[in-house]
Amino acid sequence: MLAYIIRRIGQSALVLLIVGLVAFSMFRFVGDPIDNMLGQERTAEDIDRLRAQLGLDQPFVVQYFKFLEGAVQGNFGVSYRQGRPVAEILLERAPATLELAAVSGILAILFGIALGVFTAIRRDGVLANFIMSASLIGVSLPTFLIGILLIYLFSVELGWLPSFGRGETVDLGGWSTGFLTESGLKALILPSITLGLYQMTLIMRLVRSEMLEVLRQDYIRFARARGLRDRAVNFRHALKNTMVPVITVIGLQLGAIIAFAIITETVFQWPGVGLLFINAIQFVDIPVMAAYLMLISVMFVGINLLVDILYFFIDPRLRADRSGGH
Amino acid sequence: MTHPVLSIRDLSVEIPTRHGVVRPVDGVSYDIAAGEILGVVGESGAGKSMAGNAVIGLLTPPAHISTGEIWLNGQRIDQLTGDAMRRLRGKEIGMVFQDPLTSLNPLLRIGDQLTETMLTHLPISRSEAEKRAVAALDEVGIPGAAERVNSYPHEFSGGMRQRVVIALALCAEPSLIIADEPTTALDVSVQAQIIALLRRLCRDRGTAVMLITHDMGVIAEATDRVAVMYAGRLAELGPVRDVLTHPQHPYTHGLMASTPLASQGKSRLHQIPGAMPRLDAVPEGCAFHPRCPYATDKCRQPPVPRVTDGQAACWYPLVDEKVI
Repeated sequence: MLAYIIRRIGQSALVLLIVGLVAFSMFRFVGDPIDNMLGQERTAEDIDRLRAQLGLDQPFVVQYFKFLEGAVQGNFGVSYRQGRPVAEILLERAPATLELAAVSGILAILFGIALGVFTAIRRDGVLANFIMSASLIGVSLPTFLIGILLIYLFSVELGWLPSFGRGETVDLGGWSTGFLTESGLKALILPSITLGLYQMTLIMRLVRSEMLEVLRQDYIRFARARGLRDRAVNFRHALKNTMVPVITVIGLQLGAIIAFAIITETVFQWPGVGLLFINAIQFVDIPVMAAYLMLISVMFVGINLLVDILYFFIDPRLRADRSGGH
Repeated sequence: MTHPVLSIRDLSVEIPTRHGVVRPVDGVSYDIAAGEILGVVGESGAGKSMAGNAVIGLLTPPAHISTGEIWLNGQRIDQLTGDAMRRLRGKEIGMVFQDPLTSLNPLLRIGDQLTETMLTHLPISRSEAEKRAVAALDEVGIPGAAERVNSYPHEFSGGMRQRVVIALALCAEPSLIIADEPTTALDVSVQAQIIALLRRLCRDRGTAVMLITHDMGVIAEATDRVAVMYAGRLAELGPVRDVLTHPQHPYTHGLMASTPLASQGKSRLHQIPGAMPRLDAVPEGCAFHPRCPYATDKCRQPPVPRVTDGQAACWYPLVDEKVI
């Protein structure tokens, strides 16, 4: 198993390198940062000097390797717009996004699995059919529209919850958390529903279809033929088998939650890394964009790795190094 | 006189479909005594498995028992529902399925699958259940049972897995075992071992067995009595020796004649012309008449001939017609 993990980490590193390379080759088409950085009154010398100073006159492969060289030392360069180290800015913004993503992810997983199991077991029930129909809304409505609808209902009409921002935050050793204040928690509700709804409906529909498939298997019939209680059949036998494919998707969706946070953060003006990235694109702030993309890919790759390792704990057939057998 | 363990009386199973009601099991009656093995034989779709599923209460809706009675140890069970029926499954009726590769949960250790079954049905402690799990595996001939309880199903071969399945079906000591084609998915060399094992365990415990199969070899080898089914109906019922050597029903005769024998060499096998009717198009009268060389007008009209005491469901039973 150790060899397997090491091999997977090697593959992950390769993926990261390629993502970085592709990202860097794309930056040339986003626009020229020099335009934004120097005002209207600029000379050709100013432009050339700044370009050379930022290293933008070099071929992008060289720029890429310089970026990599810095990145492995934790140095992602200096933001063109804010003039501060990118690592510092990202660290400052990360707690907002991570807290939002964590709450959305937990909501999506808990409700997604619970509703998926419910709709699978009560396949022909009225409530289960209603939930299935309602879930189409979650799948088909775009995230920003859900956010705007929620703001309209709960902030504008009812006035119960704030429409933007994080509320008050408490600083815990460099980590600003919104979990400890009432306004912080209130501010979390709408954005996390907005962000998690799509993932929740997706997980729910997947759990349902996988579970229905598992419930048709012989070993479920055999479990019933042995007179096991419904609870044992549904949860001990069926749910565990359902989870193998579901975990892969949940893993990928957790990555997607952080990536999709861009839209939710924009709608709710949530001061996280997504909003930072949107602003960076407008300004062609290459160091920020590069660091953000690397961060997202590290997260995706890391989650995938974790999912693969989780398989080992769920499915004994993958533990190839176990002794025994015929 | 003691009760038979299982007594089926005039059992019918119906499935409503868009084109009308089909009856995969139609007026079937038989008994199985303690320690007896009844072979249920017939082609695919003859209603063998459906009858077994009806007994254990695992018919998949919309299939349901429409008429008839099922008695288990003197208790009528066809009307039991939900939890009452669940308590009987595993405890009073064990079931062995066809494919051992798919009937064990791949994610649970076999020891856990055994103990959970015992703890569901028997008033014993967990440590007692674990002890019995080892004993159960030992009894079905799994070498090194004490270690193998901690193995997962994929660590066993097909034959070994079927032994585990049998241990699971027997672990709460049911009085009836329904074995639905238990050897069909196994290698020929393993089939005989599994049949011998099933026979030995059931004889020792006095367990009644309903052995569903289409393999005449298994019937001849393992069973005491045999029920031949055709198009959902019982064609013939009797002691295995009588049915195999002196079949009364032309269908049974055809079935026996089409079983290959080593002594026959390479001569062409006998075939019954035609095919079993589809369930939504069972002919009037005797369902076998379109394929029967002896059919008369009487066979083509209602009523349907039924099995009576010692006589096949045929108006013109074959008398002393030997096979071969």
